[in-house]
Amino acid sequence: MSRPPRASGYFRTSYAQDLALVGTRFERTSLGVFVLALLAFPFMASAFQLDLACQVFLACVGALSLMLLTGYAGQISLGHAGLMAAGAFTVGILFRETNAPFWITLPAAALVGALLGIIFGLPSLRLRGLYLAVSTLALHFVVIYVGGEYESRRGFSTGIVIDPPTLGGVAISDGRVWYFILLAAAAATLLLCVNLLRARSGRAWRAIRAHETVAEALGISIAGYKLLAFVISSAITAVAGALFAYYRGFVSVEAFSLFLTIQYLAMVIIGGMGSLLGALLGAAFVTIFPYIIETGLLALPGAQRYASLLFAVNYAGFGLVMILFLIFEPLGLVGIWHRIQSYFLLWPFKHRSASGSRR
Amino acid sequence: MQLIVNIIVLAAIYALLACGYVLIYRVSRVLNMAHGEIAMLGAYLLYTTASLFVANPFTAIAVAVVMSLTVGVLVYVLLMRKMTGEMVLAAILTTIAIGILLRGLIVLIWSAAQQHPLQALHFSNPSLEVFGGARISACAALMVVMTAVVYGGLFAFLRFGRWGVRMRAAGQNPLLAAQRGVNLNAIYALAWALSSLSGSIAGMLIALDSGLDQTMVVIGLKAFAPALVGGLDSLVGALVGSLIVAAAEVLAIHYIDPLLSDVVPFLVLIGMLIVRPWGLFGTREELDRV
Repeated sequence: MSRPPRASGYFRTSYAQDLALVGTRFERTSLGVFVLALLAFPFMASAFQLDLACQVFLACVGALSLMLLTGYAGQISLGHAGLMAAGAFTVGILFRETNAPFWITLPAAALVGALLGIIFGLPSLRLRGLYLAVSTLALHFVVIYVGGEYESRRGFSTGIVIDPPTLGGVAISDGRVWYFILLAAAAATLLLCVNLLRARSGRAWRAIRAHETVAEALGISIAGYKLLAFVISSAITAVAGALFAYYRGFVSVEAFSLFLTIQYLAMVIIGGMGSLLGALLGAAFVTIFPYIIETGLLALPGAQRYASLLFAVNYAGFGLVMILFLIFEPLGLVGIWHRIQSYFLLWPFKHRSASGSRR
Repeated sequence: MQLIVNIIVLAAIYALLACGYVLIYRVSRVLNMAHGEIAMLGAYLLYTTASLFVANPFTAIAVAVVMSLTVGVLVYVLLMRKMTGEMVLAAILTTIAIGILLRGLIVLIWSAAQQHPLQALHFSNPSLEVFGGARISACAALMVVMTAVVYGGLFAFLRFGRWGVRMRAAGQNPLLAAQRGVNLNAIYALAWALSSLSGSIAGMLIALDSGLDQTMVVIGLKAFAPALVGGLDSLVGALVGSLIVAAAEVLAIHYIDPLLSDVVPFLVLIGMLIVRPWGLFGTREELDRV
């Protein structure tokens, strides 16, 4: 876990300063500029870029929840796609069977996610590491099977079509509106995660991740906080799945294969374990990566011949990037970012002085 | 009768794939999630050599087997060697990434269409009649025989072979084994090679029996369940686990719902994890390797 390097000591002198999310004036201005850029983006972007941005925001929600569970609480989960599927199917089934509006289906998805989180989390009380990964993987297949079974039993063999949600009698189908909704969802998730992590729960999770026995000796309820991590993470994931279902207007088990889980894990790994910024960077990278490959490939001469191979190139390239990060840059994009920051902060020196290495 | 034959054939498939998981886990405590892809790669290698050595199918098979051994060694030497001693999650993820990479490369090289190595080798696959009117295809019968051969060979190797004993030593206590002069890197590479070999044999036979395409990955993943049910560090366990999982799967397909086939192994797996996480024959290790 790497901390952002700072140019000078920033000493807080009051509790209000300690609680503030953005402390210095520089942080405030840069955040303001960033938010303005985000708000202005949809009015300049093409429809394709807008769609890409929406996908990134969706991925951010999912990646943040996985980061909470794996990056902070240290619980390995290979069932992420299963949880997303659960959220998406909750929306699909409720919409098809009862025609429920989104303000019922979204909380319902969160509830289903939380319940599944308890089920996914129960093995974690006994199992660790590898065995936990396997049990969540097994549960993924069970969830997918149930979803597929519903599809085929009810005759939606190709998938469930969902109408766009309506707000005040107006159907939300415009890309720009979706952009703001998903941006708000991602921002809300980020805020929730930040606050969970700097409160008691976050400290407890980090302690569990570092050493369970010591955490227990410190009076942290291991079972409770593990389950809490699973429940919160799963609820957020299910909501991400539900948003995905509404955004696409379509639910089908094929969208939630094991590959999706791997993609989310890759976001966490590539972004950098134990960092929320890492989750965001990873989500953006993994979402945009296939499009970079596509443009790169189509720019080559004789592009038409490669077009059919695109899927395979994506797969191989994705695997390769993941391996490279795991072996050569385990800290992920955040690690690179922090190294660049330190380089400029310390210039012309290479290393911090030994006496001033408090951070 | 036919049910029993089906169970035995499926158990043979699972057992042949599961021993690959067991070999690597037993020696280096790494779970190889790319095993299905490695098995698939072995089958595709056979398909290529079959079209290269048209006149001589047995040369083709021999070359493919040697190549699959090499694949195992290469995967270890190039990638997994750097992951020894890392977190469990990182090691698992590396194998997953290797799997994705292999899958992409396979589609790039051989395309995603279904291939039939059997025709390429000019073998036929007659349906044989065994006891009680049950039928079994020649390739499936060969599969059962090969499973027996591979397991017999592995047992003998681990029990009596010089390298087999070293391998067990490295699995039990890497530090002490290294102190006694066992070359851990060579041992790990050997484990990967053997695992890749047995997996590829399974992949080749499945491909000969029922054609070759991307679905083999799912079989590889499902074969992980028997390995864990039997205990991840026990070869006997892998055999017994395969029988249990295969029986459960065949019976569920026959009596309940054919769609269940992809879930049953995982249901058995969950059940096992709840009752005895270390498996039927596995050593009860400290499950503390995060």
